[in-house]
Amino acid sequence: MFSVAVLVAALHRTERRLWSRLLHVEMFALLLFVTLPFTMPGPTLATLGPLHVSSTGLWRASLVALKVSACVLVLLVLLNGLEPERLGATLRALHVPEKLTRLFVMTARYVALIREEARRLSEAMRARGFTPRSNRHTWRSYGNLLGMILVRALDRAERVQEAMLCRGFAGHYPDVPLPLPRSRDWALFALLLGAAVLAVTTDRL
Amino acid sequence: MAHIADGLLSVPVLLCGAGMAAAGVGLGLRRLDDRLIPRAGILAAAVFVGSLVSIPVGPSSVHVLMSGAMGLMLGIATFPAVLVILSLQALLFGFGGLTTLGVNTVNIALPGVVFAMLLGPAIRRAGHATTRAALAGLVGALSVAGTGGLVALSLALSSSDYAPVASVIIATYVPLMIGEAFVTATIVSFLARVHPDALRPVTS
Repeated sequence: MFSVAVLVAALHRTERRLWSRLLHVEMFALLLFVTLPFTMPGPTLATLGPLHVSSTGLWRASLVALKVSACVLVLLVLLNGLEPERLGATLRALHVPEKLTRLFVMTARYVALIREEARRLSEAMRARGFTPRSNRHTWRSYGNLLGMILVRALDRAERVQEAMLCRGFAGHYPDVPLPLPRSRDWALFALLLGAAVLAVTTDRL
Repeated sequence: MAHIADGLLSVPVLLCGAGMAAAGVGLGLRRLDDRLIPRAGILAAAVFVGSLVSIPVGPSSVHVLMSGAMGLMLGIATFPAVLVILSLQALLFGFGGLTTLGVNTVNIALPGVVFAMLLGPAIRRAGHATTRAALAGLVGALSVAGTGGLVALSLALSSSDYAPVASVIIATYVPLMIGEAFVTATIVSFLARVHPDALRPVTS
């Protein structure tokens, strides 16, 4: 399962980002490797002073690490490059409550904008000679930065709300037309489903 | 590490988390007035951006969760907002996971909502700026501690193998608690000065 996932990820346009994301997840696996071999009872593989490295523990840690990595790779490859707006429209078509999808689309729409604003604010801080250190001044400065981001977000929300009312917003967006699934989409879907079922059955047998 | 990845938790824990998250999100959406959706959505976007800022604490650096501040500003609507933020983080950065979306939502939103509900009225009434900042810091620290406890609990309940890892994770939450306390105190003081209206939750 893991090797298949790695293969798919390698065939997919691999970006460097993908591997750095995987690294983030492996931190947890590393923790397991540090603790499990010593805490799980089982046949002793090696001895480090008073500690015994058990092969069961090592096996368990490897299994969990492979499982988690496979999950991350599959999710990243499947979702890579999907636009939030498209996902919002799809969720709406799948009858997810409209309020939730509207919240999702609204948030996705403004993340890039607010990120740009935050970048400008922190650049201004740096221009005034701010260097982050581990002290109260730094934490207060970051608190003010985040507070400023929130205040600007609230002002923006008010303007957006008024603009929506001006355009006659009456409780729901017009539906975004989604392209109908073509035969190629169905074939790919069947292929994926088949691969998943195959992976699960070979695991169980 | 507030985001638990796919493939770690047991099915009962996942189902329990998903059920609790569904209840919280449903209640939050019911209480959220249609006209306040832009406000909740754009605030969620701001928190998403805020959580990307890395803040040095001691030798390490942390990313604030801002769940206490969210609880104060959004009330029970924190649940849907956190769900949206986590979905976007999974979609854009690959953090967390799909099956753990429910558990992670509860782990982050629940402490923020509970402590903001308990201490929020006192914060809004506080006459002294120092009292308000101290109470807000307490909300921030307690929310993060609650999240750390819930993450450790989710892991420990899934498999007894994770128990030692869970205690390590609790230890990593100490610097986050310190950073979160100071940052939340400043955010709330700032909002009380500049935009006092912001501290009234959008849900009744």
